[in-house]
Amino acid sequence: MKLTHRSSEKKVNGRNNNIDFSDPNIKIIALAGNPNTGKSTVFNSLTGLNQHTGNWAGKTVTHAKGSFYYRNQHYVLVDLPGTYSLLANSVEEQVARDFICFNQPHATIVVLDATCLERNLNLALQIMEITPHVIICINLLDEAQRKGYFIDLNSLNIQLGVPVVGTIAREGKGLEHLKDITYQVVNNLITPKPAKLIYSSDIERTLEKITPQLEKLLGERINARWVGLRLIDGDQSLLNAIYEHIDTFPELKKESEVLKHYGETKQSNILG
Amino acid sequence: MEHELHLCDLPVGSIGKVTRLLAIGLPRRRMLDLGLIPGTKIECVRRSPLGDPTAFHIRGAIIALRYEESQQILIKPL
Repeated sequence: MKLTHRSSEKKVNGRNNNIDFSDPNIKIIALAGNPNTGKSTVFNSLTGLNQHTGNWAGKTVTHAKGSFYYRNQHYVLVDLPGTYSLLANSVEEQVARDFICFNQPHATIVVLDATCLERNLNLALQIMEITPHVIICINLLDEAQRKGYFIDLNSLNIQLGVPVVGTIAREGKGLEHLKDITYQVVNNLITPKPAKLIYSSDIERTLEKITPQLEKLLGERINARWVGLRLIDGDQSLLNAIYEHIDTFPELKKESEVLKHYGETKQSNILG
Repeated sequence: MEHELHLCDLPVGSIGKVTRLLAIGLPRRRMLDLGLIPGTKIECVRRSPLGDPTAFHIRGAIIALRYEESQQILIKPL
């Protein structure tokens, strides 16, 4: 049950569409993933089709939210637009990125297609760079099995450093486990430690220089290393989003001009 | 080292390996997200009737690229 633009036009109110982020009794869970990984199926099975349509202020991209209870805890699940990346700046990607980055959900479940893991892990790694509160949900395990793939969930878990849950959402398999892991992450019974991606030495050197400064500017609000990487990328749209959400920019802007230049000259060296 | 070709010059049915991307900025980012990194195998599957775009098999998915994009991808034919 996918949402169309039209179905979302009915309810447009407020930036976060009535999600109360300050209510300590409600845990916000973001659901991210590539298109066609069964994200909607996972969403509907978790929420029991209890979904509302939503919309983002000034954007025409839909996201749905629904809620469920598990062990007396109220969860609001936010279905982000399906994207392959958070970095290439289509509107969908910006919506997904901004939600994970600025609304800071208590946990983000990344749904991956088990038949196409190589392609899907790109997004998972990108999200793990932004936030440590990540749960990987490997869906469509039945289709992978049919293709003769064996997915070693345990070693994925070890290598990625975050919990990995296998599901067949269509048949409701693995979803209780997913809820349980979500419960544990949200209540700090498990602390995911995403494997850190190490870049080439010139990038790492630059990061060493700018990350402490960014930490001062951004505080605890956004992962400074990740913002540093985007500055080196020359990612103007993230800067714009930061200006929209945070009130400490003038210095950041100065920083970005210098780094944008750096990014442009170095970009071609990043890969071959 | 074999000679490099632009991806747009890879004939239908043949396979190449990505050696370099000439694009920069967001188009480059998009290509990387599609799985086009040096060493990626890429097969030219078919060309549309008017010659553009062309469908390529990249890491388990069929992806259509326009001439402008495939021109910016350098490959080594296998």
